[in-house]
Amino acid sequence: MTIPVTKTTLDNGLTVVLKEMHHAPVASFMIWYRVGSRLEKPGLTGVSHWVEHMMFKGTPQFPNGTLDRLVSREGGHLNAFTWLDFTAYYETMPSNRIDLALAVEADRMINTLMTADEVESERTVILSERQMYENEPRFLMNEELTAAAFRIHPYHHEVIGDEVDLRSMTRDDLYGYYRRYYAPNNAIAVVVGDFDTGAMLSQIEALFGPIPSGEPAPPVLRQEPPQRGERRVVVNGPGDTAYLTVAYRAPAADHPDYYSLSLLNAAFAGGGSLGMFGGGGSNKSSRLYKALVDTELAAAASGGMTPTIDPFLYTISAVVRNGRSLSDVEAALDAELAQLAAEPITQAELDKALKQAKAQFVMAGESITGQTQLLGMAEAVVGDYRWFETALDRLNEVTLADIERARHSYLRKKNRTVGWYEPEAQRDEE
Amino acid sequence: MPDTHYPSPQTIHRTVLSNGITVLVYENFASQSVVIEGLVRAGALAERRELAGLANLTAVSLMRGTEKRPFAQIYEDLEAVGADLGFSGSDHTTGFAASSLVEDVDLLLDLLAQSLCRPTFPEQPVEQVRGQLMTGLAMRANDTRRMANLKFYEALYAGHPYGRATSGYLETIPQISREDLANFHARYYGPRGMILTIVGAIKAEAALAKITAVFGDWQNREQQRLPDIPAAVRPTKIIRIDHNIPDKSQADIILGLPGPRRSAPDYLDASLMNTILGVFGMMGRIGKKVREEQGLAYYAYSHLQGGLGPGPWAASAGVAPDKVEQAIAGIREEIVRIQTDLVAPEELADSQAFRTGSLPVSLATNSGLAGTITNMELYDLGLDYLQRFPNMVRAITPERIQAAAQNYLSAEQLVIAVAGAMDGIGSEA
Repeated sequence: MTIPVTKTTLDNGLTVVLKEMHHAPVASFMIWYRVGSRLEKPGLTGVSHWVEHMMFKGTPQFPNGTLDRLVSREGGHLNAFTWLDFTAYYETMPSNRIDLALAVEADRMINTLMTADEVESERTVILSERQMYENEPRFLMNEELTAAAFRIHPYHHEVIGDEVDLRSMTRDDLYGYYRRYYAPNNAIAVVVGDFDTGAMLSQIEALFGPIPSGEPAPPVLRQEPPQRGERRVVVNGPGDTAYLTVAYRAPAADHPDYYSLSLLNAAFAGGGSLGMFGGGGSNKSSRLYKALVDTELAAAASGGMTPTIDPFLYTISAVVRNGRSLSDVEAALDAELAQLAAEPITQAELDKALKQAKAQFVMAGESITGQTQLLGMAEAVVGDYRWFETALDRLNEVTLADIERARHSYLRKKNRTVGWYEPEAQRDEE
Repeated sequence: MPDTHYPSPQTIHRTVLSNGITVLVYENFASQSVVIEGLVRAGALAERRELAGLANLTAVSLMRGTEKRPFAQIYEDLEAVGADLGFSGSDHTTGFAASSLVEDVDLLLDLLAQSLCRPTFPEQPVEQVRGQLMTGLAMRANDTRRMANLKFYEALYAGHPYGRATSGYLETIPQISREDLANFHARYYGPRGMILTIVGAIKAEAALAKITAVFGDWQNREQQRLPDIPAAVRPTKIIRIDHNIPDKSQADIILGLPGPRRSAPDYLDASLMNTILGVFGMMGRIGKKVREEQGLAYYAYSHLQGGLGPGPWAASAGVAPDKVEQAIAGIREEIVRIQTDLVAPEELADSQAFRTGSLPVSLATNSGLAGTITNMELYDLGLDYLQRFPNMVRAITPERIQAAAQNYLSAEQLVIAVAGAMDGIGSEA
């Protein structure tokens, strides 16, 4: 049984996606802006994420400190996240108070103040967030790995931004960026939960309709040229544990190969590797796990794909077991990938990956917040919520030949960047 | 939302099987899936220091082989249907959590029952999991947040079972033999005191019949009770632990003291006091102080454990190494303030409204429902707890908040643990 989704566009360009679900007296409202680190230029890396923080600092109608309080005291929770392609804000509320979420988001789409004092206070919070990530070896490695994989495209830098830019960016940089991209024609409103579609649409029109549209977001012209050979990155740092990530250039979410490569990954790496619906369990019966973890070379191994507007990365990652070496784990992975070429994914493995996809899809369906996120992400990345709603059908159309073609096209050494996190302690022993 | 929509004695189907297992079934046809969770009364309280980590290693080894299936087959069967099942050991209990499509619930229950009741702890797969845990402990040693936590517990609960890490230590995990696992399982795993909650798209009678079929005949005449948990002693002064992890950008702080048990008569007062202090909005007064006013941290909050024993009240924050002392001072000021000044009626009303109003959101998923229902049973709250909860929260006064703060908090009798690059800490204090 599929619950119908209503999609419409207001005169000012705001895309609206509504899905009624009445199993719990809860509704979730999200607003997605088609702006993320993908649109950032050097000198302003991290600006999308910092603007997201500033969006909680208040407007004349909802002054600083009142947003959290108003939503929380109604039993709701609110948060936001920034990614490569989008910035999204949400409130999940008891459904009889979801009007508060609409009012808050319509107001802060245009009225956020961003005083210079608040920007300065938040600068140290943002730097603290970056330092928290830097404490994690895998962040340090992934930052270098992604930078090596993308020489030209803005996917090159982390969403949090480079420290130099976080230290130098000004209030006007942040505010100008906000005014440039926060406009209804660059946004998607998604509501899922216990409401009436007609009444909800009227409310959205009343609150968001008067907001004038802005200039459309520019295309990203700096697309990455094809890769011409394997790239390698080594990061040294504290700790006793080594980490390996192998990242292949992968197709964009709207590319026909995206489904084939996703299923190859799900069949090869297992568990939650599909990366379409969230969730997913263990991957101990996968080829990847058997090759790296059962052999006691790695403590964990996984594959990862994420839907993006422009081509991004398919990653295979492993935590090297204490006493084992990065080169041994990498060699075992390469041997298993060679084996995958010699013995392609079987029908039984494909069936299993499809069943896992179905289970993940169904389980995602019971979370109202989760549904809101998946519909919104599909709209923000592909421009069509049905990308998520019909994903199972698309996956079911993929053939073994499609999967083998995807393997041959994408899992090539010349198409990859290999990252090593090598603890200082181990390097010094050499 | 009318309180009658919450799970209640009318909608939670509670049955105690003849072997002592309490089964709780709640129907939810929102999606074609089920969540199963629960616990047995096997935990780290029974461990000796030399074998710290035994309860958890036993828990994570349950699926390494059963009488019916070897390791590879367990995961082949589980993953072939996209289901999930896992176990973890803590101080008082060993918990399990599982989910699947409803069409696969028979398989899920069989895998759960076989793992729980008939594990074989085969040599090779157990060695594999031991190696993975050892790598995990090496990762912990390099993780500022986890090490601050470890050092906090060791100092606050010195000589108390809570002072041992349930995940064990690099020197204890290799000492645990296959026989230790089998003996621990034989001694403490059993139906007595076990709770099993199932929520999802299945009729209560059908669910109960399936559960009875796989668990009804489980017996363990040797099942022992865990030792009683001793009282925890509050520190008499500030005990400061600085743990050096070189080359880290951020230092993590955790400070606190032993808190009330879930069964304490004023537990809810203390819990609401903690909501005001370190939860409400963007992490309560502590978040407001350390993140908003001081601009020091990305995260700052407090937590009240309130379990079967005297778990802690603790505040946590991650800050630049040269801001550690400033953040600690800020948190201690907030402790003093909530003890000294009565909370304003409006601030109290905000947190009361948050606690009662957020129930629908927390009960909107199968796993949220299952966790809530399991806790109602574990802490003996009564199946009508959710009906009574809003009025209990609304009855709390500013005076009761202050009394709880005075009873359970202190700015002078604290353990303060900090983990990070020590060469930077204190330089700008």
